[in-house]
Amino acid sequence: MSGENVIEVRGLRTQFGSHVVHDGLDLDLRRGEILGVVGGSGTGKSVLLRTIVGLIRPPVGEIRVFGQDVNRLSGAARRAIERRWGVMFQDGALFSALTVRENVEVPLKAVPGLSDEDRARLAELKVSMAGLPWKANADYPADLSGGMRKRAGLARALALDPEIVFLDEPTAGLDPIGADAFDRLIVQLRDAMNLSVFLVTHDLDTLHVCCDRIAVLAEKKVLTTGTMAQMLKVDHAWVHEYFHGPRARAAMTSGRGEG
Amino acid sequence: MAAEDRRDPVLDVQERDGALSLSGELTVWTVSQLPRREWQRIELQGISRLDTAGALYLADRRGEGAQVDGLTEVQGQLLDAVASSIPKPDPAPDAAPLWRRVLETVGQQVMSGLRYFHELAEYLGRFLAALGRSFRHPSEFRLTSLVHHCQETGLRAIPIVTAMSFLIGVVLAFQGASQLRQFGAEVFVVDLIAIAVLRELGILLTAIVVAGRTASALTASIGSMKMREEIDAMRTLGIDVDMVLILPRVLALVITLPILGLVSDVAGLFGGAVMSWIELGISPSMFLTRLAEINVNHVIVGLVKAPVFAVIIGVVGCQAGMKVGKDAESLGAMTSSAVVSAIFAVIIADALFSVFFAQVNI
Repeated sequence: MSGENVIEVRGLRTQFGSHVVHDGLDLDLRRGEILGVVGGSGTGKSVLLRTIVGLIRPPVGEIRVFGQDVNRLSGAARRAIERRWGVMFQDGALFSALTVRENVEVPLKAVPGLSDEDRARLAELKVSMAGLPWKANADYPADLSGGMRKRAGLARALALDPEIVFLDEPTAGLDPIGADAFDRLIVQLRDAMNLSVFLVTHDLDTLHVCCDRIAVLAEKKVLTTGTMAQMLKVDHAWVHEYFHGPRARAAMTSGRGEG
Repeated sequence: MAAEDRRDPVLDVQERDGALSLSGELTVWTVSQLPRREWQRIELQGISRLDTAGALYLADRRGEGAQVDGLTEVQGQLLDAVASSIPKPDPAPDAAPLWRRVLETVGQQVMSGLRYFHELAEYLGRFLAALGRSFRHPSEFRLTSLVHHCQETGLRAIPIVTAMSFLIGVVLAFQGASQLRQFGAEVFVVDLIAIAVLRELGILLTAIVVAGRTASALTASIGSMKMREEIDAMRTLGIDVDMVLILPRVLALVITLPILGLVSDVAGLFGGAVMSWIELGISPSMFLTRLAEINVNHVIVGLVKAPVFAVIIGVVGCQAGMKVGKDAESLGAMTSSAVVSAIFAVIIADALFSVFFAQVNI
């Protein structure tokens, strides 16, 4: 695990009308790490994710991915960068007219020279790596449960073996067993594929099980970053409440018990 | 690593007596240039990047008995991870013989057709039961909702129905006049217009327009409630769905469609009269005199059909709305199928009415 930064956000400012979401936000994602981004509702966690992947264009600030300013890139260079990251949206955001396998095949269609059989086989491998059974390949998103849709979304995000994966609340709405399995899956895939993971979450268990570092969004910027142990020592009312509340204590004891 | 690497990934392939030696990037972008056959040995010499597609290729060859050398520790882990998650296809069910599949398809189609009629009958029954309940317990009846839907399906449809019927009257007068003039029987154009509009066209075309407008609206409104689980919520709260959703909508149609039919009749006759005056010189008073001689049965035959068409449109629309699943796609599919079914059912009903009235000589 090298210390190289794959994402560097500097001085980011985003706003909707007169409502400023971020102001002077700095954030780094290092190669091979799982970074958990937490914050209260409305602090712009998802907005930050959408800004980094280019769905929202910030008026001020610089976002460097693999050392290149993504908002200055155009055309081919930008597409080349986009192939090196994968995004999993909250509910999977699968294309409802396509089966799970066809969904995973969509990014693979950009690869020239790949035969239809190889593409299908690779897609099936990704579906299997995301922990879905064989019969899910032929299912449509509407036939799947919420947890399976998220796994299928992850399979599509991983289709081209990206170096960075963005996960938007991967465990929201899952039962504890499903959420736990998903946490382990993320760590497993990170280890196997050497991913850098940008993980937006509310789930304290996920933070304990998965994340190497945690970034806390508050007061329109990244208030603090560090490991779980460092978070526990931060002297800020909200951060203290978040990591020392009753839920946090429960998550911590169970996290230690397992780990 | 810079982005330029990715645009032109390079893989060096060398083959030597049963052994394959590779160097460069073994990724999804390069893997398709590799020969697909069995190897005894695969030597990796400085693979700078290996992804799951490359690992899958290696895992497949290893599964065929090839020996893979030269992996780094991380690459070995990836290869093992990929090899352990290669999906095993479920055994495919035995393919049935063709005659059996054909029979099966036909049977399923027939059954789904029968089921559809069954469901339409069910919703008709639910509408009638709710209607009966509202007579026994008038306090449960949603008058506000009924008025709202009367406005939506009735009042809002008046401009389009009027315009359409007026133009139909104009067309009939124009075409009828040019044919009847050959026999010097221009004055019978009034009979032609009156009977065609009053007996058939006025109400049939109105019903088709309303089927397009309202059946789709019914399906969309009930379907989106179904999609967001509002209907389940109503049931758990003890709200009678038939009373709240189906009764006001279908009843509004039953009330407004005859009125729309009447409006359509008047507009059609007016259009015919205007055109007869311009084209044939039949003055409005003469038109009215001829019109008064038309048997009033034609009007009755026309308007009697209206409530039946209304129930058909309403029941088809509500049934389709209740069939909507959880995804937006089924909402779209059910909406368009509701419109098609409603129009088709209205035309079939009209044909049955024609046969019936011909038999009883009205």
